[in-house]
Amino acid sequence: MTTQELQAVCRQVRRDIVEMTTAAASGHPGGSLSAVELTVGAFYHAMRVDPANPHWEDRDRFVLSKGHVSPCYYGVLAEKGFFPREELKTFRQLHSRLQGHPDAKKLPGVDASTGSLGQGVSIANGMALGAKLLGKDTRVFVLCGDGELQEGQIWEAFMSAAHYHLDNLTVLIDWNGLQIDGSNDEVMSLGDLPAKLRAFGFDLHEVADGNDIQQVLAAYDAPTAPGKPKCILAHTVKGKGVSFMENQAGWHGKAPNAEQCAQALKELEG
Amino acid sequence: MADKIATREAYGKALVDLGNENGKVVVLDADLAGATMTKYFKAAHPDRFFDMGIAEADMVATSAGLSTMGLIPYCSTFAMFGAGRAYDQMRNSVAYPHFNVKLCCSHAGVSVGEDGGSHQCIEDLALMRAIPGMTVIVPADAKEARKAVFALAEYNGPSYLRLARLATPVFEEDYPFEIGKANVLREGTDVAIFACGLMVSESLEAAKLLEAEGIHAAVINVHTIKPIDAQCVTEWAGKCGKVITVEEHSTIGGLGDAVADVLMGKVACQFHKIGVRDQFGQSGKAADVLREYGLTADQIAEEIKKNI
Repeated sequence: MTTQELQAVCRQVRRDIVEMTTAAASGHPGGSLSAVELTVGAFYHAMRVDPANPHWEDRDRFVLSKGHVSPCYYGVLAEKGFFPREELKTFRQLHSRLQGHPDAKKLPGVDASTGSLGQGVSIANGMALGAKLLGKDTRVFVLCGDGELQEGQIWEAFMSAAHYHLDNLTVLIDWNGLQIDGSNDEVMSLGDLPAKLRAFGFDLHEVADGNDIQQVLAAYDAPTAPGKPKCILAHTVKGKGVSFMENQAGWHGKAPNAEQCAQALKELEG
Repeated sequence: MADKIATREAYGKALVDLGNENGKVVVLDADLAGATMTKYFKAAHPDRFFDMGIAEADMVATSAGLSTMGLIPYCSTFAMFGAGRAYDQMRNSVAYPHFNVKLCCSHAGVSVGEDGGSHQCIEDLALMRAIPGMTVIVPADAKEARKAVFALAEYNGPSYLRLARLATPVFEEDYPFEIGKANVLREGTDVAIFACGLMVSESLEAAKLLEAEGIHAAVINVHTIKPIDAQCVTEWAGKCGKVITVEEHSTIGGLGDAVADVLMGKVACQFHKIGVRDQFGQSGKAADVLREYGLTADQIAEEIKKNI
């Protein structure tokens, strides 16, 4: 796909995020909007998947460790054709396959159930470890939030990834700098994150603008270091693409009203 | 009763044989391979053994990922750290998507002994039983532990296997083992004793003591706490009219409550739970600690007499 085509996909996913959270009157638009390019880059560029055959054994795997940004995930899966776009309207409704947080039992394309933060990297490690044991060339991608890095299990999992030389694993970090109660620095400082990630054994690729699809694709394409897990640390903007949501912690877990939705959709017109 | 073998020992040995016949079996431990006895598997199948370090949450969620690749993870640590510390991982990463992970925890109950209350997990059955879709098994002896290991390999879904540190008697008789099917080890007419784990042999001894006083006790080994054998429980409660449950676990949320859930509102009977009564354990020799909490055969017999 051309850059313009991918940008159009990203805009469509952003519109989906706004519409889904508005219709559900709940959900997490802020972190969904910041993670769009990382997720689109994974499913449209980096990963080997077949939407018609979601359980294909040799597919690459994706784990949304920051499970609350399901609107972004569902938008991308629907665009890719894992399930009908029409179903996006059922997000967070009773009996929907589109649960508030991803449910692997219910929705094709979802490889792990997430939502309780901090567990996704471990799950992804298990997939990567399993692929190696079985001699498969499967690659595993896991998307984490920055606030999520405050969970201790994340660092247990980072240790394991390096210890078991999981060079078939890519950890994606959506570093928008904001979480529910404020900035990362106000809530619980992450400190020198790039240095910490390197110290934990990652082949680190920092992306200056993680909402620029070309920069994201370049990070996905960058050669990997044998024997080391890869980490793409992407500087992003929470609420990206919707002027009144950008860089506002308050839009972490708040749905737009009808008027805000209309304005957001206008801003996101192609 | 013949030799004494700990269920954890039988578990470790069984894993080796299971690994020989099933290449999909993988074993994870959190730096306790020498205690959970996964060390045998580690020696026999080093390529399929993963030490995850002292990081139980990571280990359980890693097992979830391994299971999605079609592998069959047996994940081991102490009950306190598996069912306790990694509860959220077991619930959300494993059981919520109904992944095929077997959490097999040794050092359950007060018979841990010297390590004391911090390590004597007496809430694990309550925790694991409360999770939807879980299978929860407590083998009574080494033979049953081995059978459970093999039966779990054929079962696809989240499960918890409770193992003990203490070496205990191995039944001479070779009972059949089927997940969810309780075994009647002794028939009786006056009282039905439902027991699990190490308390099965204690209950059999207690039944002998009661017999000497003219009380005919049935002893039923409820090795599967969930799904519980409701038919067997109902049948024997009805036959005897008096029900006792015995477990090396808190009386809150374990076998006793599982049996009560079956009977309540359905079978009119006297009912009494024997177990650890809403308190923590403590250090001591295993036999002394079991006695401190009223979990030896003579104490069980006395408690039964008082309550029927």
